[in-house]
Amino acid sequence: MIEIKGLTCGYGQKTILHDVDLSVKKGQFFGIIGPNGSGKTTILRAITRLVKPVKGSIFLDGVEMKDLHFSDVAKKIAVVSQNMPLIAMTVREFVLLGRIPYYRKLQFYERDEDAAIAGKVMELTGIGHLKDSLMSEMSAGEVQLAFIARALAQQPKVLLLDEPTSHLDITHQAGVLDLVKRLNRQEGLTVVIILHDLNLASEYCDSLALVDNGRIKKTGRPGDVLDYKTIEDVYKTVVVVRQNPLSMKPFVMIVSEEVRKKCENGS
Amino acid sequence: MNRRPMRFLLPAACLFLAAAAVTAMASGSAGIPLKRIFMIILEGKGTPEYGILMDIRLPRVVLGFAVGGALSLAGVMLQGMFRNPLVEPYTLGISGGGALGAALCIVFKLHYLLPMTALPASGFLGSCLVVVPLYFLNMRQNVLRMQGILLTGVMTSFISSSLVFLILAISKTDELHSIVFWIMGSLEEPSWMLILIVAAIALICLLLSYFFAPVLNALSLGEEEAVHLGIDTERAKKQLFLMASLLTGISVSLTGIIGFVGLIVPHFVRMMTGYDHRRLFIISFLTGAGFLIFCDTLARTALPPLELPVGVITGILGGSVFIYVLTRRHISGRSGGSL
Repeated sequence: MIEIKGLTCGYGQKTILHDVDLSVKKGQFFGIIGPNGSGKTTILRAITRLVKPVKGSIFLDGVEMKDLHFSDVAKKIAVVSQNMPLIAMTVREFVLLGRIPYYRKLQFYERDEDAAIAGKVMELTGIGHLKDSLMSEMSAGEVQLAFIARALAQQPKVLLLDEPTSHLDITHQAGVLDLVKRLNRQEGLTVVIILHDLNLASEYCDSLALVDNGRIKKTGRPGDVLDYKTIEDVYKTVVVVRQNPLSMKPFVMIVSEEVRKKCENGS
Repeated sequence: MNRRPMRFLLPAACLFLAAAAVTAMASGSAGIPLKRIFMIILEGKGTPEYGILMDIRLPRVVLGFAVGGALSLAGVMLQGMFRNPLVEPYTLGISGGGALGAALCIVFKLHYLLPMTALPASGFLGSCLVVVPLYFLNMRQNVLRMQGILLTGVMTSFISSSLVFLILAISKTDELHSIVFWIMGSLEEPSWMLILIVAAIALICLLLSYFFAPVLNALSLGEEEAVHLGIDTERAKKQLFLMASLLTGISVSLTGIIGFVGLIVPHFVRMMTGYDHRRLFIISFLTGAGFLIFCDTLARTALPPLELPVGVITGILGGSVFIYVLTRRHISGRSGGSL
């Protein structure tokens, strides 16, 4: 579905990503993890063409992305980004903005079809009852759902999410990720998601890419990527990795300085 | 203030414009009563009242309509693309350039050579001289830098107003008077042709603006989000910038600097329409047109026989109404609403 080959890019003089190769298959739930500033978001921004490649290329369904028109990309790839500008618009109006890529020439207003799709995705994300509330007056969890609804209104093949669970409590973390997982499993939506929380990444993703310092350190299934040596090496933090007894996925525990010193003295 | 539906807003804005236009036609030193206006127009040419109505008052109404609408439209576009509620058509220094052009024209007495067109032409030329460098100085690798435009625009504004002051300081009394009056703005314009050109451009831009309504709606979420929604933001920003500059340039070159319309009208309308540019464009245009016609009527009739500069009235009236509405909104406890 998405094929990144030898991508080198950055902002101005500063190069962020060095020779990145990444391949996301159709229907995959693909997680990108890595320390702050390692270039995770830049990978997403390169896919959406906010950052232009210096070297290398990105293919979408076998077509090189730079040959595609802006609105064609928006019909295939939808983004739930990190920054959430809150403006005084209702949820319904906000979700309808997701239909803009489908506007024809000389079309200024939504068609009935657009309204129907907006209604459907609001029901799907569970915010149908909020359709007339203002975006600026909703909770962080509801806003996140509205962002996902707007992305779904684009009827994409690929959904890119940049840390959709930061600032959410565990109810909403699970709620958002379960929703994305359902979309992935039932509707066949390909998902590329950046997650900070290694345990959420381990639990939900089929495949992970660990980014370190602008390079791909390791890719593979969560069990392969999340071993304690790799994590300690990349994050410079002591961790213990065990298995979640229900899902059998790796579970990463942080070892605090206090405990670490105790253990060192004890041994 | 709550949001109102379009079926209420559109007729209300039309009514406001019509009321402003009729009041403008009916008021003035000649004292033609409202009832007689129709009769006079139907009777046709010949009477002195007909001359007053059609040759003195009507051109002002049409010009007020065009310039008020154009400035408000430009304000909506600029506030939308800069995502900054404090930006107005004059922030970018277009008005300063226009004033400089007009001042130079008066000092070099070009308006004696071409009485009808010299002032508007040099005003427009001055505006262009500001816009073109502004545009190209802030183009980097085919990307228009918005913050850069804003800052260079404000600086150009300072430079050109300083130059205008320099010209004022060294010019003679009669020139001084003409320059100051030009700068303060007036809807007096003898050439029907120029008035109609401005009106036509304003209306065409209003129509064209609807092609940009979805773009500006998407841009209200931020430039990156707009790209995610499949919008070629670079192309849209360039086109919008040029269109707003054209609207401002023609307005300034014909009427001088009429402040506050392009800032306050979009703000005020946004409180009622919400973020959606499909409503903002048309309602702002109509409201701005009505507002300027109304202010001009006030300027003509407040202290007869003196005619006050219309820019002074728009500033005082617009500013006070706006502060009143804003404080009332805060008292009633509603937040948000601008951008």
